[in-house]
Amino acid sequence: MTESTKNSGVSRRAFLKGSGAVAAATAWQTDQLLGEETLTATLVQGSSQINLKVNGKNHKVTVEPRTTLLEVLRYQLDLTGAKPVSSDGSSGASTVMIDGKPKTASTTLALTCKGKSVETVESLGGENPDAVPVAFAEHDASQCGFCTPGFVVAVRAFLNKKPQATEAEIRKGLNGNICRCGTYSQIIDAAVSVVKGGK
Amino acid sequence: MALFQEKKAAEGGPYSWPSRKDSQVIGKDQMRLDTLSKTTGEAKYTYDINLKNQLIGRALGCPHSHCRIKAIDTKAAAKVPGVVHIHVFDHAKAGSEISWQGELLAVVAAESEGAAVEGVAKIKVDYEVLESFTNDEDLEAAKAAGRTAKGGGKAVTVREPGDDDDEDEFVDQEITRLLKESAHVVEGYYGIDAITHCCLEPHGSTVQWEGDKLKVYLSTQNVSGTDEGFANDLKISSDSVDVQCDYIGGGFGSKFAADYWGLAAANISKATGRPVKLMLDRDQELKIAGNRPSGYLKVKLGADKNGLVTVWDSHHWGTSGSRGGGVSQSVIPYVLVPKNYRRQATQVKTNTVRSRAWRAPNHPQGCAMTQTALDDLARKMGKDSYDVFMTNLVNATNGKADVYAEEMKIGAKLIDWKQKWHPHGAQVVQRNGRLRPRRRNAIVDGLGMALHTWGGVANSSECKLKIYPDGGVESFCGTQDLGTGTKTICAMVLAETLGLTVHDVKVNIGSSTYPVSGASGGSTTVGAVCESHRRASQDALREIISLVATKLSVGADTLVAAGGRIQVKGNGKKSVSWKEACTLLGMKPLEVSRSHKRGNASPLSNQGVGGVQMAHVQVDVETGVIKLNKFVAVQDQGLVINPKTCKAQVYGAVIMGIAAALYEQRISDPKTGAFVNAELEAYKLARLGDVGDIVVHLYEPESERQRGVIGNGEPPAISPKAAIANAVCNALGVRVPVVPMTPKRVLDAIQTAGRA
Repeated sequence: MTESTKNSGVSRRAFLKGSGAVAAATAWQTDQLLGEETLTATLVQGSSQINLKVNGKNHKVTVEPRTTLLEVLRYQLDLTGAKPVSSDGSSGASTVMIDGKPKTASTTLALTCKGKSVETVESLGGENPDAVPVAFAEHDASQCGFCTPGFVVAVRAFLNKKPQATEAEIRKGLNGNICRCGTYSQIIDAAVSVVKGGK
Repeated sequence: MALFQEKKAAEGGPYSWPSRKDSQVIGKDQMRLDTLSKTTGEAKYTYDINLKNQLIGRALGCPHSHCRIKAIDTKAAAKVPGVVHIHVFDHAKAGSEISWQGELLAVVAAESEGAAVEGVAKIKVDYEVLESFTNDEDLEAAKAAGRTAKGGGKAVTVREPGDDDDEDEFVDQEITRLLKESAHVVEGYYGIDAITHCCLEPHGSTVQWEGDKLKVYLSTQNVSGTDEGFANDLKISSDSVDVQCDYIGGGFGSKFAADYWGLAAANISKATGRPVKLMLDRDQELKIAGNRPSGYLKVKLGADKNGLVTVWDSHHWGTSGSRGGGVSQSVIPYVLVPKNYRRQATQVKTNTVRSRAWRAPNHPQGCAMTQTALDDLARKMGKDSYDVFMTNLVNATNGKADVYAEEMKIGAKLIDWKQKWHPHGAQVVQRNGRLRPRRRNAIVDGLGMALHTWGGVANSSECKLKIYPDGGVESFCGTQDLGTGTKTICAMVLAETLGLTVHDVKVNIGSSTYPVSGASGGSTTVGAVCESHRRASQDALREIISLVATKLSVGADTLVAAGGRIQVKGNGKKSVSWKEACTLLGMKPLEVSRSHKRGNASPLSNQGVGGVQMAHVQVDVETGVIKLNKFVAVQDQGLVINPKTCKAQVYGAVIMGIAAALYEQRISDPKTGAFVNAELEAYKLARLGDVGDIVVHLYEPESERQRGVIGNGEPPAISPKAAIANAVCNALGVRVPVVPMTPKRVLDAIQTAGRA
């Protein structure tokens, strides 16, 4: 399964099923039936304090097994850039980078982020904002703006991986995020301009 | 807040816009003033407001589309660690009948989201499941279930009945005669499924009591008008309610009211003495927080040998939910109305929540159900659709035939219509009972068009403008920026009038403590804020100019504001800087409040726009998948203040239209009535790779510019469905009658045609 399994000792699937041992046991059976890995480690119950590295800083946060990364960011660290839009991650609005890879914080359990580096959209702002949010602003790639932070992070992660992306690749590679207002044309322009600017 | 009251007239004026040549700010692309705060995640939406010691609410939605609550037990929920308060709605008490799925039954307020969700799961409800009906497309089934009601209609014939004639009988005979005498007759069926608003920021609020005063951070399109909704229910004065909305994550016509869940948040906050955040979850947002009525139509139309429609006879049905409703008969047929017509509507009552206003209410459905029939006329005649639309412009009921003709020419050029056009179905053949592409490649392409109209009148609005002796300029107005760029528009108008830049003025909106401005719906906001801000700033400037005139010993009528100075027109040497001019005010700031009342004639704003859209699509005959190659939107809206954000409205509307044409639909289980795709993985919306190349052209000749400002949020959202459906029909030579044109519907249409 994922790397997070090794770190926390519990599969992500088990956590998503609930907060206690009973739920985890059910998940164990499910995993067996699916032919996936078996659950091997101790279970975590109740609240615990963990260290989370977010935007380069270490934070002590209190989490339950069911607590998502998105809840921690929004309610404990007041980092509200990542948005709660869909429960299944299908909108991409809660996209953050975990160890450089784009993930939806709404479907990532906070406990699985121990020892990893989380970067939110806020890390791309500040006095000298990153080229991607600047290009979004210049190309009017935001209307209501609720999807925008997730999109900005998704574009940043995509261009980190493919700094020379063509327009065709941009159109093909950024379909994990939804914008209801319909700013896709301007987002394409913004992403193309970042590639052209070499940033 | 009290109802809008117009300030007495004759406070100032006259009011006008500068010419195109003289405009310094208006008509030039302006980056939104608040956009970087959105792109870096700094902007605080209602969902992002976290108050100290707040509780987080989560609601239980009814799982059945029709049931009776036999008992509701919250004891186990109350024991969940972290749960602080449980609110059961009056409409969910034992014995209550619930008529749609998703209706909220109770709210659990807790220390964390997790605890609230767990609490909701522990509420035990005993339901008596009742029979439900959600199949709005099946008129016969609706009739059999006793779910229909008359929806109104209208008949007009050139020949009038005699004194002794029965009117209905006469119309019937006349329509029959006209159809019989028509050179071409088209009989068709067209439809458009219900869709939801699907705001990405769900409906909800964060509320806090400060003594007897209620502060509401509300995701709303109606900052000035929702305080009353809270006040009435909570039995306090509207002055005791402050509604604030700095940023809203989508509304599209669904966020005008306090809503019963907003009132629940206020009541829970009162009961617990703590701030409460209650936002709907995605499932609830899709199920209960806004949807657009469906429409299905059967028509027979007749046309003369040139393709001019002379007679229209239609019956349509659909639903706005449990009370029936559906698409208004007034938009049938849409824009292009022949001299003889009969239109009848039937309402279908379903176990779905009542619809809310959806971007251009009625128009998208009217367009999708009727301009498709016009395209089928072209198909039947073997004529170019462009020519048939052009021929029928004489039937335009809004007096815009000439504007449409110009817009069609521009659109055709931009999409290369002449080069790309082929007769309907020219790329397919029928072979062995199947429709197949003429060439080996399974991809065929086609062109389609549609046109639309909308009002866009300026809403009522008041602006309080303060000009400080140090040159500072600040405005206050209880409007809101839905992401349309309203705040930037306000700044542009002030800057233009005062000869400043947008960065020299501070615009304050988004609070019910500011002067009243109308709700943002129906494309009424740009006109509203332009009216109030231009009026206030023109009159304020007059006062400042009169002070400067005295100082410079020149006539006030020789002075203008430009480039940060007040100067004699054409003579930059005789001038004072803006700051210097403002020092002439003395110690006190100049305060000017000006307003506009909706419906009052004004040189600054207007209503009534048109627009033409054209689509070029490709269809895979094997898979039924449709792709947009190119989409052209030509739109008029009078005077354009900020082309950048004006165009953004058109781009966005087109993309919403692509979603409704190809992907988006509320799918109900026919047996249980359950809304089965109320999550974004299954509620299909267009994504970045689906939209093709979109070209937007703002049609703004001097004749349009001089009309003044008109809203354009709704109109471009109207035509995409019909334009794309017509393009698909052109590609296949077969009509896919109901949108969204899912691959299954495309393949079904192909199969039916193959058998024919």
